[in-house]
Amino acid sequence: MKKKKLAGAFLSLTLAAGMLAGCGGSGSSDKSSGDGDTIKIGVNLELSGGVASYGQSIAEGLELATEEINKEGIDGKKIKLIKVDNKSEASEATSGAIKLTSQDKVAAIVGAATSTNSIAQVQIAQDNKVPVISPSGTSPEITFSKDKLNDYIFRTSFIDPFQGTVAANFATSEIKAKSAAIYIDSASDYSKGLAAAFKEQFEKNGGKIVAEEAYIAKDTDFRSTLTRLKSAKPDFIFLPGYYEEAGLIVKQARETGLDVPFMGGDGWDSPKLVEIAGAKALNNTFITNHYSSGDPDEKIQNFVSAFKAKYKDKSPDAFNALGYDTGYFLADAIKRAGSADPTKIKEALEKTKNLQLVTGTFTLDEKHNPIKSATILEFKEGKQVFNTKINP
Amino acid sequence: MELIQQLINGVSLGSIYALIALGYTMVYGIVKLINFAHGDVFMVGSFVGFYSITVLDLSFVPALLIAMSVCALFGVLIERIAYKPLRNATRIAALITAIGVSLLIEYGFIYVRGAQPEAYPNDVLPTDKFDIFGVSVNSQSILIFGVAVVLMIILQIIVHKTKIGKAMRAVSFDADAAKLMGINVNNTISATFAIGSALAGAAGVIFGIYYIKIEPLMGVLPGLKAFVAAVLGGIGIIPGAMVGGLLLGVIEALVSAAGYSLWRDAVAFVVLILILIFMPQGLFGKNKKEKV
Repeated sequence: MKKKKLAGAFLSLTLAAGMLAGCGGSGSSDKSSGDGDTIKIGVNLELSGGVASYGQSIAEGLELATEEINKEGIDGKKIKLIKVDNKSEASEATSGAIKLTSQDKVAAIVGAATSTNSIAQVQIAQDNKVPVISPSGTSPEITFSKDKLNDYIFRTSFIDPFQGTVAANFATSEIKAKSAAIYIDSASDYSKGLAAAFKEQFEKNGGKIVAEEAYIAKDTDFRSTLTRLKSAKPDFIFLPGYYEEAGLIVKQARETGLDVPFMGGDGWDSPKLVEIAGAKALNNTFITNHYSSGDPDEKIQNFVSAFKAKYKDKSPDAFNALGYDTGYFLADAIKRAGSADPTKIKEALEKTKNLQLVTGTFTLDEKHNPIKSATILEFKEGKQVFNTKINP
Repeated sequence: MELIQQLINGVSLGSIYALIALGYTMVYGIVKLINFAHGDVFMVGSFVGFYSITVLDLSFVPALLIAMSVCALFGVLIERIAYKPLRNATRIAALITAIGVSLLIEYGFIYVRGAQPEAYPNDVLPTDKFDIFGVSVNSQSILIFGVAVVLMIILQIIVHKTKIGKAMRAVSFDADAAKLMGINVNNTISATFAIGSALAGAAGVIFGIYYIKIEPLMGVLPGLKAFVAAVLGGIGIIPGAMVGGLLLGVIEALVSAAGYSLWRDAVAFVVLILILIFMPQGLFGKNKKEKV
């Protein structure tokens, strides 16, 4: 009972705060988002809790970018980050956004790392007319939900279906696959989204889908289905699941004598994958990812060395890179807006075009999703090796 | 060729079900209790095997023996603490206790070590692949099937040729009469739990080697399926559990082979329902000679 009461009180407080913020924000948000020579940027990230490693990685990347940007400043002004920890919880992400918009009066918010926590800020940002950039939220719902554009919301990462499109182009142009099989996790929207995009693009490229199979997360025996897939004789298998099952499937596939290339999305990106599948079985498999620290591109190598210099030789991961890019994405817009007014920043963000960043050169589409390249990584003896970059 | 390949897949999976089903069936035969914690003994065996291989750096056979011994002890412990005080209680009380014990083991285990999965090393057994007439057979699946068969033969010898086996058959036939004949019923029941749990432990290690990924809740579904296998063969009957396990594995493989892989788990339980409606005594039910 006590708990329920507390939760109720908390809820009503949050609601009240939301309404207050809504009232205050609508008219008088301009001048206050920075005084004289600083521009306040809110950071609403998962600094603790379940997915703290994502949030912390983004914060590291963002801090490095801010440091670099502040050397010259934007029209003489410096960026000041105001950090809020959303504890990996949606309700905390909402109250963090309320605090940043109403109390700190920031010019823009960076965050959150996950799609759920990013969506939790949408309404507050829309009501207060403060742009939010989600560095790594890949769900299409963040920027475009219920057939409506959330016009103050942006993202730095690509969206889920995009990985499927890229994988299809890779299968056609690099693997020269004429036929493909799709094997999805039927309990995951992520997996289904990637598979649908893959199928559409692969067929558009003239390929043929010869088999479609599904499993349920936590299954352990895939041999029967794999035997069935083998007899369909595909040139390529698209497996857009998470690393636990993907690892088992690849291992069992190789044992069944299914030696064709497999490909997955960023859901495969975990050291556990190699432990489960074994380094040998993973040869001839590929994943799409946001970026690779092994990419020879000069911009990326500069970032990798700057990052290593600041963070004791740590090799930057995809989240570090996305955090870093978010800093430059925002700085570029503020520069073009010529002001720290949130609405002007939002308009400038929308016009972002051919901006050269670490995770790709990007232009924003009408749904506020960046159109940029994805990186293809290949597993060689258990190591992720940069293979190529595919443009949309 | 594809059909033969699918049968091989089914037999490998089925031999694991059969090993677990044996424990269900033996315990049921002797105390008329569905030991729902049996699937969790299987999980504990898998983890004991994992730590023996990775931490103690042992090879397959010693790890298997350690896992079997630890599980035998564990099974006896469960029986003595949870089931023995309820031996004369209603059957529903014992059944609910079994479910409670199962949940206690699962979540107690998660509390102690966390829920994250573990991966068996890939090189415990050689993984050569043979191609025989277009059918690819993995050396691991042959070894696994072999281990299962050897264990089942040993079990048959224990049940039919040893004194404790004779006692087990006697207690299963009529516990009160056995007691009057001077058989120590408590020890016989404990021995049954020990043997059944040791087999589950062996199944756990084999499962880990064959499927690599193990986690604290891994025993739930194989446990339930093994229960289906035991009922399919006729619960309480040892050869029934073996055949039921292999049959269930093959049925599952064929369901996936027909392209209905998402229905695989559902089919296993449809089998249970059909058996209970049409053949409640199971495939081997009429032949009541070999109850243990």
